[in-house]
Order: sequence, then C-alpha cells, then structure tokens
Amino acid sequence: MRRTALAAVTMIAVGAGLSGCGGESGPSAEEAATATGGINIWYANNPEEVAWGKAMVEAWNADHPDEQVSGQEIPAGESSEEVITAAITAGNAPCLIYNTAPAAVPLFEKQGGLVSLSDFEDGASYIETRTGERAAQYQSPDGGYYQMPWKTNPSMIFYNKDVFTAAGLDAENPPLASYDEFLATSQTLVDSGGVQAAIWPAASSEFFQSWFDFYPLFIAASGGQQLVEEGESQFNNAAGQEAAGFWAQLYERGLTPKENYTGDSFADQTAAMSIVGPWAIAVYADKVNWGVVPVPTPDGAAPGEVSTFSDEKSIGMFSACQNRATAWEFLKFTTAEDADGQLLELTGQMPMRDDLPTTYPDYFAANPAYEIFADQAARTVEVPNVPNSIEVWQSFRDAYSKAVIFGEGDLPTALDDAAETVNGLATED
Amino acid sequence: MAVTELTADQTTRSRSARSSSSSSHKAGRQRIGALFIAPYVIFLVAIFAYPVGLAVYMSFHEYFFAAPGAIVERPFIGLDNYVKAFADAAVLQSFGNVAVFLIINVPLTVILALVLATALNAAIPFRTFFRVSYYVPYITASVAVVGVWLFLFSNSGMVNSLLGPLAPDPSWLVNETLAMPLIAIYVSWKQLGFFVLLYLAALQNVPKELYEAASMDGAGRLRQFMSVTVPGVRPATFLVTLLATITGANLFTEPYLLTGGGGPNGASASPVLVMYQEGIQQGNAGYAAAIGIILIVAVLLMAGVQRLVLGRK
Repeated sequence: MRRTALAAVTMIAVGAGLSGCGGESGPSAEEAATATGGINIWYANNPEEVAWGKAMVEAWNADHPDEQVSGQEIPAGESSEEVITAAITAGNAPCLIYNTAPAAVPLFEKQGGLVSLSDFEDGASYIETRTGERAAQYQSPDGGYYQMPWKTNPSMIFYNKDVFTAAGLDAENPPLASYDEFLATSQTLVDSGGVQAAIWPAASSEFFQSWFDFYPLFIAASGGQQLVEEGESQFNNAAGQEAAGFWAQLYERGLTPKENYTGDSFADQTAAMSIVGPWAIAVYADKVNWGVVPVPTPDGAAPGEVSTFSDEKSIGMFSACQNRATAWEFLKFTTAEDADGQLLELTGQMPMRDDLPTTYPDYFAANPAYEIFADQAARTVEVPNVPNSIEVWQSFRDAYSKAVIFGEGDLPTALDDAAETVNGLATED
Repeated sequence: MAVTELTADQTTRSRSARSSSSSSHKAGRQRIGALFIAPYVIFLVAIFAYPVGLAVYMSFHEYFFAAPGAIVERPFIGLDNYVKAFADAAVLQSFGNVAVFLIINVPLTVILALVLATALNAAIPFRTFFRVSYYVPYITASVAVVGVWLFLFSNSGMVNSLLGPLAPDPSWLVNETLAMPLIAIYVSWKQLGFFVLLYLAALQNVPKELYEAASMDGAGRLRQFMSVTVPGVRPATFLVTLLATITGANLFTEPYLLTGGGGPNGASASPVLVMYQEGIQQGNAGYAAAIGIILIVAVLLMAGVQRLVLGRK
C-alpha cells in the first residue's frame, strides 16, 4: 500500500513536471515583434568586450529612457553554448547574446530559442548591406537569418621571429606558404630553433578543435569551400585529403605533439607557431616577437588568394524576448559604423562588414599590425549552417583524431567513412 | 470442551484486541513517522524520482530541450534510442572503458583504503598529519588536481623524465592502453581520503578483545588483519565497494579534463561523457537519457551482486 502511494506520488510529480514543461507560454510572437521597452543582453566575459558592451549600453540608455538596456557577462558554464541552451529551456534567455556561435545556431533554432531577424521589415537588407556577400553563409536552410554576423577573428599563422632567427630562417619572409615549405621549416625549427614543437594545436577530441587545425587549411586548399555544401561533405575531396595529409605528416614526424599542452605553447615559446586571429596581437604583444602569414596551401597560393576560417561570433535574438522592437533597434545601434569602430578600437576584432581598411583608415594607420587581418577578414568561410551541426563536427573530429593525429588506418578511407556519416546527419530533418 | 471453546474464543478476542490496538498504535506512529520522513521523501521525489521518471519518458521519445511554449515535435519512438545505444560503437566502447575503470578502481580503493586506515588507526608518529594528507586530495577541486597530473604525466612531464627510456610510447595520456588505467589510479588516489575515513570509523567498532584473543592464539599482525580486521569491517567494505562503484560509473571530470574529451580515440570516454556530448552539446537529450537509463540498470545490477556477495550477514 505504502509502495503504491509512493509510486503514485512519484507519477504525479513526474506527470506534473512533464505537463509543466510544455505548459508555460511566452509572449505571442506578433505582440513581441512590435513591443518596445526594457531589454537585457549578455556579452562575452573578456575585459575588452565587457568594456565595449558597457559603453554601448551606457550610450543607448542615455538617449532611450523608456527602453533601458541592462547588460551582463554570459553566466559561467562549461561553454557559452551550454549556458544558452539552459537559458532557452528555462525560458529566461536574454533578448540578445553577443557571443552566439554559428555552429550552435541550428540547435538553438530547432529548440525554438531564436527569433528570425528576417521577420523584421529591414532585417535581411540590413544584414546583407552590412556584411556583403558573406552574409549568405549565415542564412539558415529556410532562407531566414537567425543570427546577425557580428565579428570575425580570421585564422592566420602567428610565428615567433626570434625562434625563426635562432633556427637560421628568414624571420621577415618565412618560408611557410606551401605545405612542403611549411613542413621543411617546421623540421628546421624543431631541430635548430630550441622549441619542442613547430606548431601545437589542441590534439583533444572536442567537436570544435578542428576549427583550429584542419578547417582553416581545408578552406584555403579548396579555395573557400565549407565542410558541407548542399548536404554533401566536401572534406573528402582532394583538398581535404591534402590538408589532412599535411597535418598527419606533422604529427608523424613529431613536429606537432599528439597531446594537449597545459598552458599556452606559443606564449611559453614551446611552439614556434600558432593558428590564431587578431585577438592574439594584444595577448602576445609583450611576450613574443611575432609575425603573421596566411595559412599554408598545397602549392603556396598568393596571400591575397588565401581564404580561411572566420572564427566568427554572431548576435542572436532569443524568443524569450518580450520587447523585440527595442532589441532590434539596439542590435542595429551596436552594429552601426560607429559602434563597429569602437569594437575594433577596444578589442582588435574585425566587425563583419565589407571594406574594413577603407571604412576605418585612421585605425589601421595607427595600428598597421591589424591591417593584414582586415584584409584576410574579407576572405573568410563559416561553419556550414546544417542540421545536427555540432554532431557533424564531432563525427568529423572523431575520424580525424584517429586517422590524422594517431595515424591509424587509411586516411582517404577514414575521410570517406566520415563523409558518409556526416551526409546522413546534415540532411536529417 | 466448553471451557476449551471459551478459552479459544477468549484467546481469539484477546489476540484480535491486541492486534487492533497494535494496528491503531502503529497507524498513529506511522502518521507522525510519515510527517518526520516527509521532507526526505519530498527530497527523494524531487531530486531522484522525478528526474529518473523524466529520463525514462525522454528515452522513449525523440526528445530535445526546447523553449517554453515552442511548438516542437518530440514523437514517441519506442525502444529506438535503446536499440541505437546498443548498436553505437562509441557507447559500447564507453561502457567497456568504464568496466576497465571499475575493475581497477574498486579493488584498488578497497585494498588501499583498508590498509591505510589500519595503519592510520595504529599509534604511529605524525598520525594526524598523515590522516589530513590523505584527505586533502579528496577535498581539492578536481580541475586543480587534474592540472598537477597533466604536468606529471604529459609526454615531457616529470614521470617520463624519471622513467627516461622506460617511458611509454605513446605517452600515458595519449596511450589507448594506459589512459583508462591511469584515470582509474588517479581517481583511486583522489578519493582515497574519503574511503579511509569510512574505514577508520568502522575500525573503532572492532572489539580490541578480538585482537587480544587472536594474539594469545599466536596470530601475527598479518593473521590478525586477515582474521579480525577484514571480517570486522565487512559492512564498511560493502559500503566502500558500493560507493566506489556508483561514483566510478558516473565518471566524467577526469576523461573530460585529463584526456581531453575521452581521448585518445575514445579510449577513456565514459558513458556519462558520451551522455554529455549527446545530450548537452549535440541536443540529443532522448538518446542521452536512454544511455543514462542503461547505466542506472547496470549499476543496480552491480550493486545487487555486491549485496549478494558482501552484504550478506
């Protein structure tokens, strides 16, 4: 009897909980779309972006007493994406998040957590005018924009000039353009440069790690292809095999270690090179005598022809937002030319807008080190906006880890097998 | 005969009255008892029963987390998630990995904890210092301790420097054969302080007279340990085994941090790590729930076997 009662109580609790899961309803989309009033936003927690976020909020609030914005750093968690997922599920996501990873957008969209910015009258046109041709990479399969492309950190090769000089290499024009040059230079650096590794990307299995080893080189080798295009994997083509083969050689020759470095191998001068974006300039300025070149290509393409991974972060508007008209206006305010200029000034990260060098000539005249990144920013490629995006990347990483990092099995076969899995995932509803 | 019948009748009534009184008394005790245990029952229902019930529900659906009020389809799919889990090489590998972990971790924990507790129970110099020392890793944040082990066991770490040419190749943390055993040893070491504490408490209940009697019978220290201490702390051994199994089956932090997400090639991935990847990162919450239910059943089965073997009176 008592057991029955306990079971009944449990069932009621479960039932109540389950009904509660779907029972709460947010504001109607139609009402929210035109509503104005207070909103809240989240931004990343690095000091530079916090400073920029606070400045934006302060400037907006001074002119909009009836539409006050409150800003805060994204709450701590394993990753921003997990915190955002939890907030979507709990119904307490903020109106705008200035740190939305494009790879997570398909999942957030599936969860009903994102507002399509295309639903605003000037939504699509504003994004396309600001971002140019690259905007198409941020469109979802239904044609809508569920993210505002915001800022990019185009991946390039940072190198330590002192180590290159110590190894007897030309530190001003390092031979790093082609795969053969890069491999020979790497061997020289390890043999004579006093470093443990030529380059040391994370060898771990997290889904996003391929964005910082294979993917920039694949994009460069393929002339700007995404991992998946129109539901078909591209990474098992010739460019993908060459890029994967290049990394496999680095691992096989011991020029790139097979385990993670505990710390920052480039800052510690344990590795001579690193794949980074312009954020690295401020980080390494006082630690390393650095130089920067595009990622290598199989035959050493001219720098102006090399594309790379964008490492972009978007702005997402979340469905829990009740005053979406204010949120949209604030989003435009923070991505206007002036606001983008402040972002560039405070963070060194590249706003996702065309013609950066001509739009902000004073900044690049004062900070010439950033100019090469501005030029590279015009040729960036995003992760594909496909269903099961993160699962796609995890599947690829698992295959890559086995075949490339640990050199097990036949590489082309491993890529073909992974492509088959990815094709299935990317075309699921 | 009449007397006999009367007596029987009286006895029946008397029994009935006692029974009634007892039932009534019991019922009264139950009411107040129910009140006292209500907070814990509510806690159990809210923290354990409800999530398990929800996990079972999720595991039978193509479930994913969604915004409140969002119109999403999460259809009933029967046993599909379970079928998929039993056919998924990554899931099967993770269960195999955790089996390796438990085979090393549980016996190691039991043996080391009991031996150390026995030593720390004796009158040795610096006893308090040693007791605290063994407990410190247990209360230190995993992230910090993992950092130390990364320095120790990385390719160019202290252990390999000491081993020189005897260092394994590939190194510990990227070696498919050694990664999981190393994690098992790490976890045994980190949690040892807690289990030592359990055994120390249990040792206080072993009568000193038994040691004296054994000594008079000519038993040496080893014989006393095997014949008095080990049987004397049997209930604690059952508890330690059970707790080590449960915490071991929930292994997550170490493969996540120490071997960079269950590497190399999934050789140190645990079922909970796979659940995290599937449910939290990739949005396949229903599938992750099915893996979780399988894990619960597996742990219950192991606990049942342990109870049969170690928990008998």
